[in-house]
Amino acid sequence: MKTMTHLLASAALVGATAAHATDLEVTHWWTSGGEAAAVAEFAKAFDATGNTWVDGAIAGSGGTARPIIISRILGGDPMGATQLNHGRQAEELIKAGLMTDLTELAEAQGWKDIVNPPSLLDACTLDGRVYCVPVNIHSGQWIWLSHGAFEKVGLDVPADWNEFVAAAPKLEEAGITPLAMGQQGWQQNLAFGTITIAIAGIDAWREVSVERNADTAAGPAYKAVFEAVANARELARNSNVQDWNLATNLVITDQAAGQIMGDWAQGEFQVAGEVAGVDYTCLPGLGVNEVLDTGGDAFYFPVIDDEATKKAQMELASTLISPEVQVAFNLKKGSLPVRGDIDMSSANDCMQKGLSILADGNILPSGDMNLTADTQTQIEDLMAEFWTSDMSAGDAQARYVDIIASAE
Amino acid sequence: MSSSSKSRKPSGLFRNMSAKIASVPMVLTALVVFVGGTAWTVLYSFTSSKLLPKLNFVGLDQYERLWSTRRWIISIENLAVYGFFSMIFTLVIGFTLAAMLDRKIRGESIFRTIFLYPFALSFVVTGLAWQWILNPDLGIQNVVRQMGWESFTFNPLNDPDIVIYGILIAGLWQGTGLIMVIMLAGLRGIDEDIWKAARVDGIGTVKTYIRVIIPMMRPVFVTALVLIASGIIKIYDLVVAQTNGGPGIASEVPAKYVINYMFRAQNLAQGFAASTMMLLSVVIILIPWAYLEFGGKKRG
Repeated sequence: MKTMTHLLASAALVGATAAHATDLEVTHWWTSGGEAAAVAEFAKAFDATGNTWVDGAIAGSGGTARPIIISRILGGDPMGATQLNHGRQAEELIKAGLMTDLTELAEAQGWKDIVNPPSLLDACTLDGRVYCVPVNIHSGQWIWLSHGAFEKVGLDVPADWNEFVAAAPKLEEAGITPLAMGQQGWQQNLAFGTITIAIAGIDAWREVSVERNADTAAGPAYKAVFEAVANARELARNSNVQDWNLATNLVITDQAAGQIMGDWAQGEFQVAGEVAGVDYTCLPGLGVNEVLDTGGDAFYFPVIDDEATKKAQMELASTLISPEVQVAFNLKKGSLPVRGDIDMSSANDCMQKGLSILADGNILPSGDMNLTADTQTQIEDLMAEFWTSDMSAGDAQARYVDIIASAE
Repeated sequence: MSSSSKSRKPSGLFRNMSAKIASVPMVLTALVVFVGGTAWTVLYSFTSSKLLPKLNFVGLDQYERLWSTRRWIISIENLAVYGFFSMIFTLVIGFTLAAMLDRKIRGESIFRTIFLYPFALSFVVTGLAWQWILNPDLGIQNVVRQMGWESFTFNPLNDPDIVIYGILIAGLWQGTGLIMVIMLAGLRGIDEDIWKAARVDGIGTVKTYIRVIIPMMRPVFVTALVLIASGIIKIYDLVVAQTNGGPGIASEVPAKYVINYMFRAQNLAQGFAASTMMLLSVVIILIPWAYLEFGGKKRG
């Protein structure tokens, strides 16, 4: 009898909570140690609103998770919310009416005024309507330098890319790989993009990547870029690791002197107990052109025909962008917050560099926002081939021009 | 009633009625899913569909782009190399192992199990295992160097020129067991009297195999050939697990191109064009041959 009452009571309890709280499945691909800790901040904050965050982590990179997410939405089995990189990836899903319109919430909370840089919100906006919540800013234009490696050969830590290249012969003599590079297309492509901004400058980059001007891509500025990349390829000859974090580990253990990688590499240095400015140095824009792109992650909310779910989606959207959650999440993630009006004084040396660049407005729209996934895949394939073969800089440039000329 | 049905010969359409009704679901599946799906894919390969299929035709643009893409050309070359060697070595090794087992050796079932075991593993497991075995710091190269041969170098997976052979080794290791078993079954089907007759005539063992036994096993070879060929065309997971197309794009294969362009590059039509080319190659090679083999004259 007693157990019966217990059962009834718990059943009533379950019924009662079900009436108020809604389970919302959230898919994302943040599965590494630091990333999971950051996501837990979101979950904690969302659970505090009385709803339940059902974690739908998909192991693997965005390239693995994105097709799964998209096919679930297309196949009529949408999740409550999902991470995607904002930009053009979700454009067609929005056009097909599969994503929830967040414009009302965005206007009520004045996202236009708080999201900095505004380009983040623009990337979430299609035809004047807002469809996603930006949650962080990641930038790819960094080189991470090992102090230990340069001490070993008795050189100062370089202040920019040119000094780094000049130091390379001495490093090689000492058996240190100058540049660590994971042998994967996206990493090689990221290095290419970063070198482009450093060597060709922002104007040339903008003409090619945003306006898709094939003439500039064929011009002298980009010729210098491809020669610099060909040179970087030689510096990375002895690096035969695959994953980015293994390449970062070469820098942490002083086996390699530097790595061109996005600011997510910082998490690895932190986990290894290294201190920015003491054990490693980061140079945004390779120390030449101090600009960052403003890629990052955003959450989209697929259309689900259920009032309670809709309400929970809106609550999640406003939770994600609230000041406390932004601070807690981004400190764990090592990324920059999407709002400029919050206190990030607890961030480390490298994050502060990023924040001040952001405050000065030295920002570029990220590749995801300019070129379609199709064009990016083509460039990535080209870079994957270029870095692992002996293709000449001229050939690579010619093929790059073809891709840009046919880009939509 | 019974007399009338007996007098008129029932038309072929209604003979074995229950069997025909029973096969209707499968016929429908074949028509709608296989034929229908194929036709749909081919149709949309002439459009400019990106993430979602749309019917805006662009003629042969996707195919022109496909054949001017370096990655696709490399994929086709890799498939050709892999296919050629895989076909030859699987047949030769499979038959040799089967012939050896057929010599009434001791412990046959143990060897049979050992040779067949790799086939029980998925391509993903095979790929990962061979990724480690071929890893210069952990695998074969390291073992040989520790045995004293310091200059020994065997690092196929990091060399763009020979990486496809590294994949071939793994593919052979996984696939020959099955072919061996099929060959063994064929050998067991050969009448003992044939051997006796050959012995009486004083024909050597090897010569008997080549001149007498193999021609008699023609149907078994056809089965093996079809199995190997279909395995070659659809190779995907082995490459993904072992090298993921690397280094660079040196070990890409057509199926991987299709998947990547359909989903990662969000360019459906390009992926469809590539898969149509794959289908076309199968059709061109297999259909005339299958027609000669199975159609035409009926064997009694």
